[in-house]
Amino acid sequence: MSQVEIIQRGIRRRYVVEGMFRACGLSALICGVVFLAFLLITTFVKGYTALQQTYIGLDITPMEEDFDGAVTEETLRRADYGALIKRSLREAFPDVTRRKEKKTLYRLVSSGAQHELRQKLVQNPGLVGQTTTFWVLADDEVDMYMKGNVNVSIPEKKRRFKDHAIELTKRLVQQDRIQLRFNTPFFSRGDSREPEQAGIKGAAMGSLFAILVTMLLSFPVGIAAAIYLQEFAKTNRFTDFIEVNINNLAAVPSIIFGLLGLAIFINLFGLPRSIPLVGGMVLALMTLPTIIISSRAALAAVPPSIREAALGIGASPVQTVLHHVLPLAMPGMMTGAIIGLAQAMGETAPLLMIGMVAFIVDIPGSPLDPGTALPVQIYLWADSPERAFVERTSAAIIILLLFLSLVNGLIVVLRKKFEKRW
Amino acid sequence: MQGLIKSKTQTNYFTMLENDNNMPPTLDDSLNSPDFRTLGEVTVPRPIMKTKNVNVFYGEKQAIYNASLDIGKNEVLAMIGPSGCGKSTFLRCLNRMNDTIDICRIEGEITLEGEDIYGRNMDVVLLRARVGMVFQKPNPFPKSIYDNVAYGINLHGLTNSKSETDDVVEDALKRAGLWAEVSDRLNQPGTGLSGGQQQRLCIARAIAISPEVILMDEPCSALDPIATAKIEELIDELSQMYSICIVTHSMQQAARVSQRTAYFHLGKLIEVGSTDLIFTNPGHRLTEGYITGRFG
Amino acid sequence: MIECSSALHSILYPNRAFTKPPIAKFSLSVRSQPLAGFPGWSLTTGMAFLGALFGCFIAVPIMLFAALGISRRNRVVTRHIERFIRWFLIACSCLAILTTIGIVMSVLFESIRFFRIIPIPDFLFGLEWSPQTAIREDQVGSSGAFGAVPLFAGTFLITVIAMVVAVPLGLMSAIYLSEYAGRRIRTIGKPLLEILAGIPTVVYGFFAALTVAPFIRNNLGFLGMDVSSESALAAGLVMGIMILPFVSSLSDDVINAVPQSIRDGSYGLGATHSETIRRIVLPAALPGIVGSILLAVSRAIGETMIVVMAAGLAANLTANPFESVTTVTVQIVTLLIGDQEFDSPKTLAAFALGLVLFIMTLVLNVIALRVVRKYKEQYE
Repeated sequence: MSQVEIIQRGIRRRYVVEGMFRACGLSALICGVVFLAFLLITTFVKGYTALQQTYIGLDITPMEEDFDGAVTEETLRRADYGALIKRSLREAFPDVTRRKEKKTLYRLVSSGAQHELRQKLVQNPGLVGQTTTFWVLADDEVDMYMKGNVNVSIPEKKRRFKDHAIELTKRLVQQDRIQLRFNTPFFSRGDSREPEQAGIKGAAMGSLFAILVTMLLSFPVGIAAAIYLQEFAKTNRFTDFIEVNINNLAAVPSIIFGLLGLAIFINLFGLPRSIPLVGGMVLALMTLPTIIISSRAALAAVPPSIREAALGIGASPVQTVLHHVLPLAMPGMMTGAIIGLAQAMGETAPLLMIGMVAFIVDIPGSPLDPGTALPVQIYLWADSPERAFVERTSAAIIILLLFLSLVNGLIVVLRKKFEKRW
Repeated sequence: MQGLIKSKTQTNYFTMLENDNNMPPTLDDSLNSPDFRTLGEVTVPRPIMKTKNVNVFYGEKQAIYNASLDIGKNEVLAMIGPSGCGKSTFLRCLNRMNDTIDICRIEGEITLEGEDIYGRNMDVVLLRARVGMVFQKPNPFPKSIYDNVAYGINLHGLTNSKSETDDVVEDALKRAGLWAEVSDRLNQPGTGLSGGQQQRLCIARAIAISPEVILMDEPCSALDPIATAKIEELIDELSQMYSICIVTHSMQQAARVSQRTAYFHLGKLIEVGSTDLIFTNPGHRLTEGYITGRFG
Repeated sequence: MIECSSALHSILYPNRAFTKPPIAKFSLSVRSQPLAGFPGWSLTTGMAFLGALFGCFIAVPIMLFAALGISRRNRVVTRHIERFIRWFLIACSCLAILTTIGIVMSVLFESIRFFRIIPIPDFLFGLEWSPQTAIREDQVGSSGAFGAVPLFAGTFLITVIAMVVAVPLGLMSAIYLSEYAGRRIRTIGKPLLEILAGIPTVVYGFFAALTVAPFIRNNLGFLGMDVSSESALAAGLVMGIMILPFVSSLSDDVINAVPQSIRDGSYGLGATHSETIRRIVLPAALPGIVGSILLAVSRAIGETMIVVMAAGLAANLTANPFESVTTVTVQIVTLLIGDQEFDSPKTLAAFALGLVLFIMTLVLNVIALRVVRKYKEQYE
C-alpha cells in the first residue's frame, strides 16, 4: 500500500474526531451561555412582580372619639389607628363575626398600614369626621396571592394562606377594593421584617456610602502605587517583594479581608461595627491590587518615546510622569479602577464580617450611620422564609445587576472613546 | 489584552504589505501593462508541481499577480526577490498554508502531479503530507527530539509498530545529518538544541513522512554561517530524493544550492531561468538591479 | 420554579427556615469590647486615625500638586516637592505590604489564642466539628468539638465538583472561542462569558439555593436517590459555573501565548486543527493551564457566598455529593455572625479557620503565579 493510500484510509476517522472536538467546544460555550440565560431569566421572572404591590382600599371614618375627643397634634400622633383599620374592615365584612375569622380578616392588611394612616392624618387633620377611601398596604400573603404565587391546589393544612383568607381576598376583589400599584415603598424604604414594607433604599444608600469611601481611598492610593512601581521603582528585592505581595493580595479570598477589617478596624481601632465607612475601607483594601495591576498595565502601554521626548527637553522624571505619561494613561487607569469598583459593589462576604448584616430599618444618612449594602440585603432576604421575600430578593438582584451593567457600560464607553493605539 | 487570536502570520503579512510602499520605484513601466509576461522558461520537462496564473489577495490587496511557475522533479528551485515581493506568499500557496488566514483568497491553478490542489478531491491534510514545509524560524514542538520526528508518522498512522517508527525516526534523523549529534539524547526536548540543529530537526520532521516536495521558507535566515553551510549541504543531498522549493533572501545561497531560480518583484514573477543564467546574464533590468545589489 | 405558599416553603427547606441561626439582627450593641490581645482604643482614637488616613491619601496629593503648580518657577522648591511626591508614591506602594502584614497579624494572633485552648493537632486532625458551646458551664459538651477535618473534606468536595464543571467547560470554551469561532460568535460569546464573571457571588448563591438545589433534589429524588436540599452538588455546580469564565479567560491567555510558528509546524505536517490543538498546543500550554487551574482552585476554596447560601451547616464527613456538607468559609461566617462574646473558642475558631484558609490559598497562589510566569517567559 502506498503512503498516500495509508493516509487516505485514516482521513475520514480523523475528520470525525475533528468534528467532535469542535462540537465539544461549541457545546461548552453554549452550556455557559445557557446557564447565564437561565439565571437571568429565572431571576427576572421571579423578581419583576416586585415592581407592583397590592393595596387595599378601606373606607375609614376617623371620629373625634378616636382622638380622645379633641383633635390636636398630640392626640393625632397617639391615636390607635390599628383600631380604626379594624373597624373599617369589620364594616366592610359585617358577616365576619367569629373571633378566628376576624383575626384572618385583620391580617389581610399590613401591620404597617396604621403608620401610613397616622402620617396621612397628621398631615391632614381635616379628614377627621369624613369618610375617605385610604389605600393601604396589603399583607405580603395577599400580595403573593394576587400575583398568583400561592398554589391553591395544595391542601389547606400545608398552606400559609388559608381558604378563608382567599375567600375574603376574592370578596375584596369583587368590591374593587384591591389594586396593584407601583411599588414605591420598595424604592423608598429601609429594611423591614414584613416583606410588603421592606425596601432597598437603606441598602442602596449603604452601598453608595461604602463605594464612595472605597473610591476615595483606593483611587489615589492605587494610582500612586502603580505610578511608583511602573515609572520610578528600580527592580530590586524590595520592589519585587511589593509586586509579589500585590499579585498575591489580588487572589486572597475576600472573606479574609473581612477578618482583617474585623480585627484591625473594629477591634484594634475601635471603630463602630456595621458602618459603611469601615465597609468601604475593607473594600478599598480588597480592590487596591486590582486597581494597581490594571493601572500599571495602562502606564506600560504608553510608549517610551513619549517619556524620552519629555526627558529630552529637560523635564524632571516627576514632571515627565505628571505632565505627559499620566494624562495619556488616565483612561486606561480609570477603566481599571471602575472594574475594581464594580467588583467591590457586588462583594458580600467581607461586609458580613464587619457587621453590615445587622437588621437596620433606618436609612443611613452618612458613612458613619449603621447600614447595610445591596448584596448583603440580598443575602439577608434570601435567608428569610417568607415567600414574598423571594420576589423582593430577585428584584434587588435585578437592580444590583442593572447597576453593575450600567457601570460596565461606562467602561465600554470609556474604552471606545479613549482607546488609543500607538 | 485584545485576547482574540490574531494569527501571527497574519500580522506578519500585514506588515509585509505595508512595506510595499518603501519598495524602490518600479524600474519598468511594462510591469503594469496587462500583457506583462514572465521572462524565461516557466515550464520544465518533468514537472511535479505546476502553477498557472496564480493571483493571491489579502482582503482587497493583491499580493501575487498572475504567477505561473513549474517545479521540476528532483530539482532545487530558488525564489529570490526583495522582501515583500510575495515569494513567501507564493510558497505558502503550494501546500495551502494560506488556508489558515481568513482573508486570504487564491485564484488560478496549482497542481501536484496533475491533481488540482485546490480542487474538491484534494484533501488539505493529505496535500500537506505530500508537500512538506520548513519554516523561517526553527519551530520544533515543545516535545522530545524523538517525538518531534515521530509526530507526523503517528499522525498519519504510517507505521504499525513502535520498532517500525523507531526505524523511520532514525532514518529521518540520519538523512537530516542529525543522528550522530542526538542519538544519545532522543528523549530530551527538541527546544534544547542549537538553532542549526533545531532547523535540521525540523527538516527531519518533514522528511520523516516522505513528502514529494519540500518547501523551505528562508530556512537559514535565523542561523549562523556554519549552521547555514550544513543546511545547504543537506539541501543538496535531499535534492536526490525530493523536489525542493526554497525561498531565500541570500543570492549567494540561491546560487549555491539551486538549479533554477525565480525572481519576484512586487508580487510579480519577473524572470525564471537556470541559476547560472540568472546570475550571469539576467534578462530583465529588475533582476539585474537586484542581483547587482542596487536594491534588496 | 417553586409555586407554593410560605408554609410549604418552610417544610421543603426546613434547614433554611429553622436550623440556620438567625442572622445577627439587632447585634449593633454587642461585641464592642475589643479583642483582649489588642489595646482597647476608643472611638475618638478611631476617628482620629480615620482623619489621618483620609488626610494622608486624599489631601496630601492635592496639596502636593497644587504646590507643584505654584512653585513652577522655583527650581529648589520644585525639587523638594518632587522628592515629597516620590515618598508619597512609595508610601502608597507599601500599603500592599501593610495589608498583607495586617492580614497575617489579624488571623495569627487570634489563632494563637485559639490554639492555646484547642491544641493544633486536635484542630487539624480532629474528626468532629460542633462549635456550639453550652451556655451554662456545667452543661454536657460545653467545650465544643473543634476538629476541622469535616470542614476541609467539605471544602474539598465542593471544590472538586466545581472544578469538574469549570475546567472542561472553561477550557473547551476557551479553545472554541480562540481557535474555531468566527468573528461573530467571538464578539458575542466572549462578552457573555465576561458577564458570567461579573455577576456577584451572592446572586449565584441565591440561584443555587432557590433554583438549582430544589431542581436537583426534585429530579434526582425521583430516581430514588436521597438528596439533601443543601447538597454539595448544587453548591459545587453553581460554583463551577461561576469559575468557568475565570478558567476560560486564563486559559485563553495561555493558549494564545503558544506561538503561531509551532502551530504552523504542525499544520505543515498535515495535522488537522484539533490534532494540532490536542497534541501540540495543549501540551505546550500545559504548565500555564495547570497554573490557571490552581488559581481557580484557590478561588473555589475561598468562595464564600455560594456555599453560605447553598451548602449546609452540618459538618458531615462524607464524599457523597448528594449529602449536605459544610466548608471552611461557611463556618467562618456562621461563627462570626452570631451574638457571642469575643473570647470564646467558638469565635476564635473562626480566625484559626481564616488562618488555614489564608495559608492554603496563599500557597496555591504563589505556586500558580510562579508557574504561569515561568510559562509565559518561555515564549517571550
